[in-house]
Amino acid sequence: MSANRKGLVTFSTIDPNAALAAAVAKTRAEIIGEVTASKLKGRGGAGFPTGVKWNLAAAAKGDAKYVICNADEGEPGTFKDRVILAEVPDLVFAGMTIGGIAIGAVKGIIYLRGEYTYLREQLESALAKRRAAGLLGPQVMDKAVAFDIEIRMGSGAYVCGEETALIESLEGQRGEPRNRPPFPVDTGFMGQPTIVNNVETFACVAAIFAKGAAWFASIGTEKSTGPKLFSVSGDCARPGVYEFPLGIMVSELLREVGGENAKAVQIGGASGHCVPSSEFTRTLSYEDVSTGGSVMVFGPQRDMLAVAKNFMEFFVEESCGQCTPCREGNAKLLEGIEMLEEGRCSAAYLDELTKLGEVMQLASKCGLGQSSPNAFLSIVSHFQDELMGRTHGLVR
Amino acid sequence: MLLTEQQRLKEDIGRLVERYGAERSSLIPVLQDVQAEYGQISEYAMQEVADHLGIHPVEVYSVVTFYAFLGETYQGKFVIRLCRTISCDMAGKEKVARQLENDLGITFGQTTKDGKFSLEWANCIGMCDQGPALLVNDHVFTSVTSEKVHDILQLCRKSFGPLAVHDNRHEEARA
Repeated sequence: MSANRKGLVTFSTIDPNAALAAAVAKTRAEIIGEVTASKLKGRGGAGFPTGVKWNLAAAAKGDAKYVICNADEGEPGTFKDRVILAEVPDLVFAGMTIGGIAIGAVKGIIYLRGEYTYLREQLESALAKRRAAGLLGPQVMDKAVAFDIEIRMGSGAYVCGEETALIESLEGQRGEPRNRPPFPVDTGFMGQPTIVNNVETFACVAAIFAKGAAWFASIGTEKSTGPKLFSVSGDCARPGVYEFPLGIMVSELLREVGGENAKAVQIGGASGHCVPSSEFTRTLSYEDVSTGGSVMVFGPQRDMLAVAKNFMEFFVEESCGQCTPCREGNAKLLEGIEMLEEGRCSAAYLDELTKLGEVMQLASKCGLGQSSPNAFLSIVSHFQDELMGRTHGLVR
Repeated sequence: MLLTEQQRLKEDIGRLVERYGAERSSLIPVLQDVQAEYGQISEYAMQEVADHLGIHPVEVYSVVTFYAFLGETYQGKFVIRLCRTISCDMAGKEKVARQLENDLGITFGQTTKDGKFSLEWANCIGMCDQGPALLVNDHVFTSVTSEKVHDILQLCRKSFGPLAVHDNRHEEARA
């Protein structure tokens, strides 16, 4: 695999129909066994083993089961799902169909973010072609399995990328996350067993069935297998979507994208972590710096407090407001950042803010509140000197 | 609202519910279509949708107020959403924002008096490698500069309203 190149190197070489044909020839247990053997982990960022998820949903009892593709790609700095859907949508549809066969679902839903409405028409026509070709419908590839896919649109809420909020939204509710457990594999869409996977995860599934679990597992590291797409933006010469095996060092990636002189890189979007130049030997993998694919490069001239502020403004706006740590905590952290900006924040208060951030990580109901302080906390820990004692806001 | 307008809204909602099904899970698709057609989801529309789906209008209101792309207040024919998240910010979204405000004579969160343009901020629209980026309704524009702002607005003006340039190629092709 020629990994060190810009673009969908692996994915564009996969034949989605061959993948589906290989899967329909197998039993449900064999399909799940294959996914488990590949050691594929969720590509949306959380990194949950896909085989385990599918196995739980397959074992769960329900009148109907559902396959949901999470295309609510709202994490700041992430755009690889858009590129996958625009360039190789059939891989995603094939992956979903394989998921449907594996867990015994006849219906798949793609939850596409409202900001990507311009993709809908081409996706609908790609689905229509698959129906006409017998790849979707009452008899997939002339076998006794039915599966079809529907597209549903989001309406501009970042929190709906959280799987239970997404399901709430599909059910016609406010996108407020549910308590977990019960997990969607047990009680998901309409209370039925449901798998929710990222766009790239389904594309990986197609790749696994086209080229084999052993091939997939041979790429990357022991715990982080397979190729991964990275959405690279910010202060670098060549931003865009890149494909690398998981486990690549931050410094290697920066060399490829022309961002060697960066002072920091934000990995995993607004909810991810800020990695300073002293730690560029760390690797992008589930065991080290985990990411759904967002890599934002900050050049030497960037004010890290402005970065932290931008992220915190984002979370204040996108918090669903359901639980207190997230609703109040993010607003409080933003207020603290504004105090830092004006040079009125004592070291003791900064400590308080850090503690508040840790409380939010522990006590928030869903991933949004649990991860929203990450950027602030990592910027504080690595760039405290840059943040403290600002003078421009002082009125003397 | 004129009675005829209300009648049209009522009929449209009836048709939408028929198409998507009279179930709670159809609520958002119905509201999305009402928003796209009317630029807002009025109190009357909420009541009408609630009646069709057999739920309390407050349920509809709670959903309408939750989602950024749905709303009670009227939005212009062209809703411009400029991305303000960090990558677009670093790429120079502030200059684009000022130019949009200057050219439209409104600030973010407002709609022009002729009801044609609304200006909104958006959180990350997934065009981080090609910022600054903005959406005009469902269309995306990337690498926007303050110069390009004028072209984008002209494009909108030419496609709708008194300055619209009528494109009759389709009719010619049909004839």
